[in-house]
Order: sequence, then C-alpha cells, then structure tokens
Amino acid sequence: MKVLVPVKRVIDANIKVRVKSDQSGVELNNVKMAMNPFCEIAVEEAIRLKEAGAAEEIVLVTAGIRQSQETLRSGLAMGADRGILIETDEALEPLAVAKLLKAVVEREEPGLVLLGKQAIDGDNNQTGQMLAGLLNWSIGSFVSKLETGDGSISVVREVDGGLEKVRLKSPAIVTVDLRLNEPRYASLPNIMKAKKKPIDMFTPEDLGVGVAPRVTVLKVVEPPARDAGVKVSSAAELVEKLRQEAKVI
Amino acid sequence: MNTPIPDPDDALILDSIDRFLERDVRPVVRELEANDVYPQKIVDQLVELGLFGATIAPEYGGLGLSAETYAKIIERISAVWMSVSGFFNSHLIMAAAVQRFGRDEQKQQFLPRFASGELRGGIALTEPDCGTDLQAIRTRAVKDGEEYVVNGTKTWITNSSAGGILAVLVKTDVNTQPPHRGMSLLLVEKGPGFTVTRKLDKLGYRGIDTAELVFEDCRVPATNLVGDTEGRGLQQILAGLELGRINIAARGVGIARVCLEESLAYAQHRQSFGKPIGEHQSIQIKLADMATRVESARLLTESAARAYDSGERCDMEAGMAKLFASEAAVSNSLEAMRIHGAYGYSKEFNIERYYRDAPLLAIGEGTNELQKIIIAKQLIERSRV
Ligand SMILES: Cc1cc2nc3c(=O)[nH]c(=O)nc-3n(C[C@H](O)[C@H](O)[C@H](O)COP(=O)(O)OP(=O)(O)OC[C@H]3O[C@@H](n4cnc5c(N)ncnc54)[C@H](O)[C@@H]3O)c2cc1C
Repeated sequence: MKVLVPVKRVIDANIKVRVKSDQSGVELNNVKMAMNPFCEIAVEEAIRLKEAGAAEEIVLVTAGIRQSQETLRSGLAMGADRGILIETDEALEPLAVAKLLKAVVEREEPGLVLLGKQAIDGDNNQTGQMLAGLLNWSIGSFVSKLETGDGSISVVREVDGGLEKVRLKSPAIVTVDLRLNEPRYASLPNIMKAKKKPIDMFTPEDLGVGVAPRVTVLKVVEPPARDAGVKVSSAAELVEKLRQEAKVI
Repeated sequence: MNTPIPDPDDALILDSIDRFLERDVRPVVRELEANDVYPQKIVDQLVELGLFGATIAPEYGGLGLSAETYAKIIERISAVWMSVSGFFNSHLIMAAAVQRFGRDEQKQQFLPRFASGELRGGIALTEPDCGTDLQAIRTRAVKDGEEYVVNGTKTWITNSSAGGILAVLVKTDVNTQPPHRGMSLLLVEKGPGFTVTRKLDKLGYRGIDTAELVFEDCRVPATNLVGDTEGRGLQQILAGLELGRINIAARGVGIARVCLEESLAYAQHRQSFGKPIGEHQSIQIKLADMATRVESARLLTESAARAYDSGERCDMEAGMAKLFASEAAVSNSLEAMRIHGAYGYSKEFNIERYYRDAPLLAIGEGTNELQKIIIAKQLIERSRV
C-alpha cells in the first residue's frame, strides 16, 4: 500500500504569534516555522505502518511557498520516501488544498491518505473531510488508533461522547488526533540522507486546479488582553468573591 | 532573548537536538545529576542521533558537520545539561587526531567504529603530577617487536571508565630535547594491563565518568601509533584541542545563556518593594551585563568556528573564544544566583548546577591562564615589528 501524507508549514508551536502592524495577518518574517504538529503525527503513523510491513511507500505532499520544501525535508528525515511540492504564493483555503490533494491522489493512487485533523494556524479542521467529499472516499476523522487489515482500515475516533470504533473501506482518508502517537525526532544521519530524497515540483496550473481565495480577510487583531488574576488566601475568601464579585454562586 | 534562526541546513539538525533535549534529557537531569548516575539511556540516544560521528568525515561514516554547526549543537545541549556534551566531545577529539594524522589503514580500522558509536572513548593526557605542562608526563611506551608496552598513570580522564578506547599521550623517548619530540599518541583499547582504578567525585560535570587509570605492562599493537612516526604526539593532540576549545566556548555560551534566560524570567516574576525585581536598577545592570556577555561569547565562538572550518590556523581565535565564553559562564552563573536569591542556592532550582558546572570550563582543555599565554604569543608572532 502507498500512503500519501499531506503536510503543512506553520509557525512553530512554541513561538508566540504576533499580529502584523497593518493588521493584515500574523507576522511570518523572521519567525521560526515548523511542520504542523498534527501532520507530524500523521507522518509518524505512516512510518510505523511501513515499519510494520503494512505500507510500502510514503509520499509527502505540501502546497505553499517554495520554503515549504523545508517541511517536506523534515518529514523525509523522519523516514518518508519522497516529496511533492505544489508551489504557489496564494493564501490557500481548505477547499483549494482539498482540490489540489484530489489531483495528487488521482496521480499517485494511494491506498490511504493520512492527514492531521487540523493545522494549528487556521484551526480549520476541514481539508481531510473536503478531500473525502471530493473523492467520495470513506473517512475516519479524529483518529487515536489505527489498524490495517485485509482491504480495510480500522480506526478509533475521539468523539464527544467517548471513543467510536469504525471500519473503513480502502482506499480511505484518515485524519489524526493528538493521542495517536508521539512523533520521533529525526536522527542526524537520516537528516543527511533526506537531502538526497527526491522532491517533485508542480504548480496548481500543472494540476489544473484554481486556487484563488474566496474569502477576504478584513482585519486580524490580537485577542483582548486579560486582567491578571488575584490570589486568595483562604477558601472562605474565594467563596465570598465568587458570591459578591463574580456573582456566580 | 531569542537565539537567532538557523539556516535551513542547520535548522533540521538543531530541531532534532532540541526535541531530544526536551523529551529525553530535561525531565531526568536533576535526578541523574544529584546521584551522579551514568546516563546510559541518554548515551544510547546520542549514538542513535549520530553524534559520535558529528565531525568525522562522511567517507568514514560520520556526518562531517562543520565546527560552526557543531558549536550550535553543543551550546544547546549545555544549556540543558553540560555533561551530555562530554560523552562525544573528547571522543571526537580522539577521532580528529586519527582523521588528520592517522595512516590510511588506521583510519579504515577505527573511524567507522568511532562514527557509529560502536567504539567510544576519549583522550588521556593529564597525569597526577601534570596537566598544563604536558611535556612533563611520565607514562612510557617502549617498543617490543610488533607491540608497545605501556606503563604509567593518567588521571581526570573523561569517558575512560565507560568507553572502550583512549588516545593516550605517552613518551616513546625520554632522552630527546625538546621533550615533545619524544612524545607520541597511542590508541589503547580496553584490555589486560589497562585498569580504571578510581572514578572521581566532582563538584559538577556529574553523571559523566571521569577516572584515574593505571597502565601496567599494557601491550598495544605498534600499528596503533597515530601516524607514521613517533615523536608527533603532542602536536597531534594540540591540533585536536582547537576543536575542543571551540566546544568549551560553545558550552560557555550555553550556560551563560540559560543563566540569563532563567534570570530574565525570574526578575519579571519576583516582587520586592511593590514591583518586579527586574525594575530595580541594580538587577537591570546585572541583566544587561549578562546579556552582553552572552552575545559577545557567541560571536567569538562563531568566528573561531568559522576560522577552524576554513582551515586557517585558529589557536588564538579558539583561545579567545574559550577564555571569554568560559568566564562568561562563570560570571553569569554567579549573577544568576544573586538574582534568584535563596532560590538560586537551592537544589530545587537549576542555578546552583550551572554554578557548579561552569568552573570546569575555565580549567579543562587548557586553563584560562594558559589561553592567555597562547593568545599573547600568537599576537606577538602575528605582528612582529
Ligand atoms: C572534570 C574534568 C575532566 C577532565 N577530563 C580530562 C580528559 O578527559 N583528559 C585529560 O587528559 N584531562 C582531563 N582533565 C584534566 C584537565 O585537562 C587539567 O585539569 C587541566 O589541563 C589543568 O591541569 P592541572 O589540573 O594539572 O593543573 P596544573 O597544570 O597543575 O595548573 C595549576 C594552576 O597553575 C596554572 N599554570 C600552570 N602552568 C602555568 C603557566 N605556565 N603559566 C601560568 N599559569 C600556569 C594553571 O593555569 C592552574 O591555574 C579533566 C579535568 C576535569 C576537572
């Protein structure tokens, strides 16, 4: 089975995000970028499938500016086999990404597409579902456990009421949640080897997909600053404050 | 303060190092350090990460990293736990001597095993009666057919108890003048006649093994002599020490930086007389001095590493970086302790560990007194009137 893993370049999760002074978006200049943590979990799961003999090839794909190659490299260093960059300077919306991915799926014909459930920048949580809709494939979202069997994939989904076990018909789409695994860090020799792994380049036009945005961002602002909390010295004082000031009891 | 964003080539490497440190080192430092436990699991992870081959050439299975990248790795590690950088540093100095001066078969025989971490070791120069004055060593190697017979005592040798091999500085001729012409470097693997007599108990740099060794009629194949001829040992090891000094400088940057970072955070939280202590001018002056030392130390270290990478002679540059950055670490750890008040003195905070680790940097790989001598000699030599 071939596994396709779409990955996204985002601001490193440990960096404090700042809004640009003209409020047109968040500041990306001179900011450390990294692979979206949920995408890393997807890459890790694909590598584990390969190590267990359930997958033969892992192909990474990303859409974005040229520097997104670095994101592909970091996944290749973890253990993926090759990468695809769909290069565009356009701000991509989930539907555009899903359409690009559909075109890649049609070329690559993977048995499984593993994605993060969302990216930590826009928190959209849409791409995997839209891709499943466009392809008319089965999908398991918010997955915290995955097993492959004969012609099917069993997953455990983290849903509001608890855990839901689902069997998916292959080929399938799976979007992964936080508890699926803990991604490895690449060893230095593997980082060196990753420099030699192939990355194919396309543009959205090559794939015949229009990616012009449909949504206009009017303004991006910082969340309102919260006042500092107060320390109370006793339970009695706390109850008093909840009653008199917060008026919640 | 932000560490600068590395270029993409280094970024992946440094990212892996950071994750390793956060996931596998930081949570266990305090306990391992307090009990002086050899962190076998961490050493296994260093093998896995490839760090025992960091500066060994790719043709021998190493990563061939530049000194500049290497220094950035060391800085990061030392900002979490300095001891972790020690497991592969003296190992790589040994490897550098073999790679630069060894014979071809010797390189084939040893370097791939050094690079994979299968065979790990360090350098054995210091003796009970001499450290700075290495020409006064007494360990002897006498040729007997196809072997050398080694007798003598070495002390303060890092990686000697857990490692399997050492580059040992010996005298092959005790009558030659100057004495260094009678000194050679021998690769000695663990075996009969090579005993670790005592593990040393240290103020800091704990967890890593530093020990005293005795060689008693220890027989070593004559082919383990580094290079073709006897009498080159001191130069061979001093050349490797340039990288060693860049490493010490990078450790200094790491410790000086983490002392600053923890102080900066603390100074904004801790209140006295109705405001954060960071708003008192005397604390601000400390922070400003600490930050300036970090920045200067880093720039000196980067510039020495670049000189090393370009193949230029860099004993003066490496000496300056080592001198300044190690003193920066010593000063910043004491300033951090003052800023933290009693908590700085507490075993429950990291500051007291930085304060115990930092002074080694002023002593190891050539004391700072010796660095000044090296710097001054080079200054005069490079600008003779
Ligand atoms: C934790 C630790 C790990 C170590 N690991 C290793 C190792 O792996 N391998 C190894 O070989 N060694 C190792 N050493 C030893 C270290 O390299 C020596 O301690 C160092 O070189 C200084 O030598 P010394 O201790 O004999 O001091 P000495 O040489 O006795 O010096 C004592 C003092 O006199 C000063 N001094 C000496 N000569 C002069 C001079 N000409 N002019 C001015 N001042 C001078 C020195 O600067 C110092 O202040 C280690 C030491 C420590 C503490």
